Amino acid sequence: MADFYFNLPLWFRLLVQGFAVIMVVFPIAGFCSLAERKVSAWIQGRPGPNRALPVFIAWVPVLGPFLQRLGIFHFMADGGKMLFKEDSLPGHVNKFYFILAPIVAMMPALTTVTTVPFGAYLDAAGQVIPLGLARVDIGLLAVFAVSSLGVYSLILAGWASNSKYPFLGGVRASAQLISYELAMTLSVVPVFLWINSPGMPGTMSLARAVEFQSLPGFFGGAWFIFIMPVAALIFLVSLFAETNRHPFDMAEGEADLVGGFHTEYGAFKWGLFFVAEYAHMLIGSGVFTLLFLGGWNPLPWVTLAQFAALLHVAQLPLVVGLLSIGIFLGKVIALIFFFMWVRWTVPRFRYDQVMKLGWQKLLPLAIANLIAYAIGIAVIQK
Amino acid sequence: MAQLLFNLFAVFTLVTAAGVVLNKNVVNAAMCLLLTLVGVAGLFVALNAYLLAFILLLVYAGAVVALFLFIIMLLDTKGDQRPGLKHLSLIARAIALALVAGGVVSFFVRSRLPEPSLGATPALGAELKLYAYQLFTTYLLPVQVIGFLLLIAMLGVIVLSKKFDGLEDIK
Repeated sequence: MADFYFNLPLWFRLLVQGFAVIMVVFPIAGFCSLAERKVSAWIQGRPGPNRALPVFIAWVPVLGPFLQRLGIFHFMADGGKMLFKEDSLPGHVNKFYFILAPIVAMMPALTTVTTVPFGAYLDAAGQVIPLGLARVDIGLLAVFAVSSLGVYSLILAGWASNSKYPFLGGVRASAQLISYELAMTLSVVPVFLWINSPGMPGTMSLARAVEFQSLPGFFGGAWFIFIMPVAALIFLVSLFAETNRHPFDMAEGEADLVGGFHTEYGAFKWGLFFVAEYAHMLIGSGVFTLLFLGGWNPLPWVTLAQFAALLHVAQLPLVVGLLSIGIFLGKVIALIFFFMWVRWTVPRFRYDQVMKLGWQKLLPLAIANLIAYAIGIAVIQK
Repeated sequence: MAQLLFNLFAVFTLVTAAGVVLNKNVVNAAMCLLLTLVGVAGLFVALNAYLLAFILLLVYAGAVVALFLFIIMLLDTKGDQRPGLKHLSLIARAIALALVAGGVVSFFVRSRLPEPSLGATPALGAELKLYAYQLFTTYLLPVQVIGFLLLIAMLGVIVLSKKFDGLEDIK
């Protein structure tokens, strides 16, 4: 089986790998929309979506009603609704950019997946080999560069809609995303100062960050969230702002802007914005997991290699690979739950509060954090 | 294959760059500028300078052009009516045309560079550590000078845009 796969031409294998990853990311992003509705319902003490039920599942005795209560089938119902709704195109919009904007929203979200490693396996020598679509040396820089292009979808959607509320949403989005990019980039610099210790080749690779969180010893095995809690906090807050999540969803702000940048959108074009937001969250949570939560290591001070040895599967690369992907996805989904938890707990900020937090609180804090860690790392690593 | 990609990106960059200049709609021009930057990033990738490519995308495509669009939207520039030609702009056009012509002529007259040995020239923008090392040693002075220039520009923007009540002499 494995031999057959590796005998296939390279381009075919790359195509299969790319499709496999997108086939995981896209449904998870879509499924998050259902989870959002269900989680919000639980937090607000109501049952949430619990009606949709295909006929053939209704015949299954116990499992059918249970899945119905869980609202699993609303995922399909929502998707079908978005697909079959009339895709209206208002007369006053700039048609080219209006149609382009949702496409531009999806592109960076799906492109950044290529540079995020999502698992690892052990080779015959016991070395941990990271799994990922593209093994690029500048890992995180590529993620930041491509995901920063996502702002154009909001700007273009707001501008092309040619009406007041979307326009305000687009202007807010562009200012907010640029403001928080600074704090976000500065907050991860201490991590890379730490992992680019003297004698190592310089790298921005995310896999190396995980490698440094699976070293032996107390400081080696600790996740970076324990070593650099301030950096992790700044990164997480900026991540909320960059993905336009509550309490930072100024671009949408349905209380004051109707629907913000996507007021004029409906049907599948709106659905694309929605899925792109969750895909961004997924990638952002993935990067946070790799940088601060130990990536595919199951617990702090317990590495993947030790865990695999404990389960007696270290000799089976396929099992270890699936195990590591499972651990990684588990952490990412827990983080996405955290995103939802915050959304349904904290009220939305005012716009001036968002700007004040970004420029007057997070940015100075990030710079102070960087200087403190630069001095500390210089002393420790000599 | 690499040569073909390089040529494709070069043509793409030139076409979109022409689009920046020729477009009457300001938003179209800004989007063309974005595509131009993507094309230049592609050229850098074709030259194995991955780091430069992604920094270009991160800084210019991700932030600077977004700010351009932000300003365009804030000022609500239509860009449809053009002001009539003035004497100053005519002179400026003539000078610009002469400069372009001079550049093209000198490119054809003495475009022969000594053949560089490819092995001897390291791709400076390829590796992170080498690039950073060069920035902090060989190119330290230019980096500092440009940083100072940007600081002055930033202060200028603050002074020009902020209303200082009761501090009229600052302006």
